[in-house]
Amino acid sequence: MEDFYRDYILDHYRNPRNFGHLENPTVSAEELNPLCGDVIRMELRVDGDGIVRDVRFSGKGCAISQASASMLTESAIGMPLEAVARLSKDVVLENVGIGISPTRMKCAMLGLRVLKTAAIGSLAAWPDEE
Amino acid sequence: MIHLRERSAQEIRADFPIFARPTSRGKRLVYLDSAATSQKPQSVIDALDTYYREYNANIHRGVYEIAAHATEAFEAARARVARFINCAPGELVWTRNTTESINLVAYAWGHANVHAGDTILLTELEHHSNLVPWQLLAQRTGATVRFIPIDERGMLVLDGIDRLLEGCKILSIAHVGNTLGTIQPLDTIIPRARAAGALVVVDGAQAAPHLPVDVAALDCDFYAFSAHKMLGPTGIGALYGRRSLLESMPPFLSGGDMIRTVAYDRTTFNEPPWKFEAGTSNIADAIAFGSAIDYLADVGLGWIREHEKRITRYALERLMTLAAHGLVVYGPKNPNHTGGVLSFNLGDVHAHDVASILDTEGVCVRAGHHCTMPLMEKMGWHSTARASFYLYNTEEDVDALALALEKAARIFKL
Repeated sequence: MEDFYRDYILDHYRNPRNFGHLENPTVSAEELNPLCGDVIRMELRVDGDGIVRDVRFSGKGCAISQASASMLTESAIGMPLEAVARLSKDVVLENVGIGISPTRMKCAMLGLRVLKTAAIGSLAAWPDEE
Repeated sequence: MIHLRERSAQEIRADFPIFARPTSRGKRLVYLDSAATSQKPQSVIDALDTYYREYNANIHRGVYEIAAHATEAFEAARARVARFINCAPGELVWTRNTTESINLVAYAWGHANVHAGDTILLTELEHHSNLVPWQLLAQRTGATVRFIPIDERGMLVLDGIDRLLEGCKILSIAHVGNTLGTIQPLDTIIPRARAAGALVVVDGAQAAPHLPVDVAALDCDFYAFSAHKMLGPTGIGALYGRRSLLESMPPFLSGGDMIRTVAYDRTTFNEPPWKFEAGTSNIADAIAFGSAIDYLADVGLGWIREHEKRITRYALERLMTLAAHGLVVYGPKNPNHTGGVLSFNLGDVHAHDVASILDTEGVCVRAGHHCTMPLMEKMGWHSTARASFYLYNTEEDVDALALALEKAARIFKL
């Protein structure tokens, strides 16, 4: 677990990318991690071709949830909304690049769950439970 | 309480088999989460094992030898737990835990006695288990829930208490707060609540394991606590109730064992405490709770209290040396006013990250909102890490905590 806290993770935690809000998001969602009370909000701007042009996330949480969400926004920009709706947990695991302990998997997957909820239009399953 | 001999925490630790096992990383287990649940001594584990191996039988009905043995052990455990908090066995109801004890009062007494317009008074630092049952009772009856406020240190502000108590039907209050460990001034509050005519319910989950408790001296109406936080098993708790109240109030759950006679169209109920113990009880765990009480009484609650004060004082000193890394301790910071609980944060590191790094060193702490979300919101804390101490913790445990926190500070470059 200590290996998880690498420099690029801490960088995304302390300098989150695409953090904040969009003027008029096309879709958005907000969700709570029941384990710790952390909240993440995702706002997406989707153009007429169904491509995600911009993403902003907001909220407060641990390094794992914040860094995962920050990296995920970078992955999602430029993707078709349909593909965002079908994203699996692998995208998060590839982004963070190292193992996450089972007890912290929910933290890592919170951003993905919120992003997928926004894309699907209804509550997505926890990606680690699919 | 018979004080056989003074023992060291190191000797006590040897009675708990879990401490003989290293963690998966080969570290010494440093257990600092006893406010969540305590570890169990061999004698408690043996009590469970012996019951199941030697005299497992249902109680209060069998005429054969092992059934009589089980009934006797079950009721003897009740008597020991009752003596431990200075009440009569007939005033001690078995429940699953503190939460169920509080729910029993909220449903059985509350349903019969609370009406629209009544006030239920709590404090701003209650655990969800002493908040949600009262919110639901208020919703069912049209009553209002009010709160005794706390100041920035987490101490109750008692200036306006007499006004808050005017027309108050129930005061329900934690004896010791679970997030900050504050020992509440029940000696001051309970007489005023009783003078105002309020029913007094005390959530003793964090007090009964750590302080000598005397419900007669406290003069409360109900006192709720759990075995698993005081060396006993999970799934068994207790509720002290003033005898006259237990007799006059309606039952909570109903079914077998709580009845005297049943006809197709009517039922008469058993006398307290059995009137509140519907269905087959948690026999094994109740008996093992009795063994936990024996262990605590042997060590002595006075010794435990003084030991926790010593450890908490030492921990405060050790953690102060980490202030340069951004370590902040919340709450009163005076071991005379708190149980052995320290809530803290390390710089901008989220409490869950702190707890994950401490875990790599075998150090177990709680992280999050500690089931006190309204308190966290009021104080402006997103989450905190919490270390809590008990009779088996040593200065070595505190040193391990401090070293693991230094590691977290290093990883997060604080």
